[in-house]
Amino acid sequence: MDLIFDGVRKACLLIYTLDAELMGIVLLSLKVSLSALLIGSALGVPVGALISLKKRFPLRHLTLNILNTAMGLPPVVVGLFLYLMLSRRGPLGFMGLLYTAPAMIIAQSVLAFPIVASLSYAAINGVPPIIRQAALSLGAAPFQAAMAIVKEARYGIISGVMAAFGRLSAEVGAVLIVGGNIAGRTRVITSAIVLETDKGDFSEAIALGIVLLGISLSVNIALYFFSKRGRATGYLWV
Amino acid sequence: MGLSVSVSELKKSYGESVVLDGCAYRFESGSVYAVMGQNGSGKSTLFRLCTFLEQPDSGRVDFLEGGTVLENNLALRRRITLLLPAVGVFNTTVYENIAYGLKLRKVSRHEVEEKVLNAAEMVGLKDKLRRRAVTLSSGETQRMGLARALVISPSVLFLDEPTAAVDANNSKAIEDIIQGIRHTLKAAIILSTHDAGFARRVSDKVLTLMDGRLTEQLTDTPNNPDI
Repeated sequence: MDLIFDGVRKACLLIYTLDAELMGIVLLSLKVSLSALLIGSALGVPVGALISLKKRFPLRHLTLNILNTAMGLPPVVVGLFLYLMLSRRGPLGFMGLLYTAPAMIIAQSVLAFPIVASLSYAAINGVPPIIRQAALSLGAAPFQAAMAIVKEARYGIISGVMAAFGRLSAEVGAVLIVGGNIAGRTRVITSAIVLETDKGDFSEAIALGIVLLGISLSVNIALYFFSKRGRATGYLWV
Repeated sequence: MGLSVSVSELKKSYGESVVLDGCAYRFESGSVYAVMGQNGSGKSTLFRLCTFLEQPDSGRVDFLEGGTVLENNLALRRRITLLLPAVGVFNTTVYENIAYGLKLRKVSRHEVEEKVLNAAEMVGLKDKLRRRAVTLSSGETQRMGLARALVISPSVLFLDEPTAAVDANNSKAIEDIIQGIRHTLKAAIILSTHDAGFARRVSDKVLTLMDGRLTEQLTDTPNNPDI
């Protein structure tokens, strides 16, 4: 128990003093995960909306099944696949991205995309048809009516984006493989926890764990807020 | 100039069920029509076909202005509106709901404010403009839907059972609003209802939709010039 208490005490000191190394890791983690979330959402929300709103979307069920399966993609598999693509002998090796932050962003974008797309689809699909009819009957063009539906699903979509962020911030497999856990360059919270635990430096690992828990808690509070707002309408998926 | 609606040989079926079967009528601008009929007689279907929310199996819906048939395009559709029985409330404020149609038409912000305030005042919701529309009662929701439809000054206004889900006070309020706009709006107002008294009081002509066809009733409506 002393080991844990001592670890927690030192961890609190590291957080309180805003230890430079700790802050560097936390900031890089946020930069990687938020960038990936931005890319995943920029692609995922329109794809989810298109599947839901386009009357004759080709292979709708197959696409949804693929997206739903991809939601549970093991990060290490994504990491391995991207490693093979980005390694010097791989087809994208010429870009020199392996063991860089952009490679980690790409990996996490791949993980975020199906979550955002699938949950956006569910949120948009849950909007009652009367919203489209009301918009059309008030003079909306088809695209404007589609936008009205997406707007109605906003709380569900935001919840989906937050859920994706929750997964990205806790993800370790993919970033470890394509990032390489290089100090000051590609070391993020999760990969640093693995390293520090291996080294037996529990104070740094616990400090990072506390920050990670703080991020998770914030995401969950935000999720609760959005699901509460959305439930008022009676058609939120969460 | 006002718009009149000509419905000719309209047919619509859902599977085996024939809802409209050669329905024909001409709704003139500036008049109020009440369409009555049993549940499932096709009143809502007729309204949805007239507002292009659905396509007929056969037959035509034409909008005429000065004897000319207008082309079915967005400009025409923006002169017609339908208040659905369940309204279709957007999850935002009452103000934003009422302003929706005006914003689609790129009306200036100042004019939007002015028109929304006037419409809200007309339906008695001026003090609830900042409330979330999903928290309104069913009567208030209907009145908000009416304001949302009226604010765009439609040339043809369809009201699908506007008093069906509201209490007596709200029903009276909606009736008063329709009586109030019948002269100011100068539109063709076509409403459906099960309430014969309400139909007689607010309309110039009462129609019955039965066996998929519209027939005119000669009733003693206070506004009927034929009697």
